[in-house]
Amino acid sequence: MNEKTELDNNKEKSSTTHKIGIYLWIWGLLFVLSFFSYMVDWYQFQGLLRWSLILFFMFLKAGLIMAFFMHLFWERYALVNVLLWPMTAIACFVGLMVAEGKYTVFTRLIYFVLGE
Amino acid sequence: MSDSSFENLPKGWKSVPSDLGSDQTAFKGVQWGKAMMWIFLLSDTFIFSCFLISYMKGRASTVVDWPNTSEVFSLDFMGVPVPLLLIAIMTFVLITSSGTMALAVKYGYEKNKKMCGWFILATAIGGLTFVGMQAYEWSKLIHEGVRPWSNPFGAAQFGSYFFMITGFHGTHVSIGVIFLFIFARKVFRGDFDSGRRGFFTTMKSDYVSIEILGLYWHFVDLVWVFIFAFFYLW
Repeated sequence: MNEKTELDNNKEKSSTTHKIGIYLWIWGLLFVLSFFSYMVDWYQFQGLLRWSLILFFMFLKAGLIMAFFMHLFWERYALVNVLLWPMTAIACFVGLMVAEGKYTVFTRLIYFVLGE
Repeated sequence: MSDSSFENLPKGWKSVPSDLGSDQTAFKGVQWGKAMMWIFLLSDTFIFSCFLISYMKGRASTVVDWPNTSEVFSLDFMGVPVPLLLIAIMTFVLITSSGTMALAVKYGYEKNKKMCGWFILATAIGGLTFVGMQAYEWSKLIHEGVRPWSNPFGAAQFGSYFFMITGFHGTHVSIGVIFLFIFARKVFRGDFDSGRRGFFTTMKSDYVSIEILGLYWHFVDLVWVFIFAFFYLW
């Protein structure tokens, strides 16, 4: 009964298609960025440069995939906000576990030395 | 949103309280299945985050040196060990399959049955290739003596994190491949044009399902981006 109208609504909504060029561009960019992040290992960059480059390429790739391949760029803010704000909880968790990891390795080093 | 039915609604940040406080649907223009897939992917994000965070904590707190991943994951190419070669190829294969999936979604919405079906098949084959290479990588490392409790390269935790994280990701890829094949068949059979009812769900088929399947597949690629960065490159 209602299903027919629902299907028709969906057909209307699905009229929001995008040009093929945008997908090919993002596709190409993802290839280039992956190549660059592989080069980080190839040239054996070390220390802060290595970590910042890895994170930079990683977030750029993740952002491109989410924004264009997963169409988040074209969604209304209500959905985007519901999806992205929980990531701050993950960031907090990362921060907590960094502190915890440092504490654990500190106590291990102390007690391994004291134990011997 | 270029849809005409949204023109009267507030845009930008003002749309958030207005959409969330409105009648019937909070996520305007988002089919319910798509919204549920996003919620599922959000929960999956938390699962993978917990894995990667526990890996970070384990690696940060061990007093033994972590194995050098570019040596552990190197592959002999014409007698020369190339660091991370297999992983790089796997990354490119997965990105390729993500691109073909994006095109499948595009052709799905254009009701181009043939192109949509072929691109879904191409995506499935990319996924199969990825899983195959991962199986090869696993067996290679197991032959070299990597176990969840020990390995010859360094800190003992390496093996458990490796098998756990890549195994869970590989499971996601495998499930995705199964669904890609199922949906390729449905597309070629014309289910999405005739609105034929689904076998399990008994609901009418619609091309929006291809986008939902695409969301899942892009998410698998997304997770690999993080695994590649944190586990293999770091």
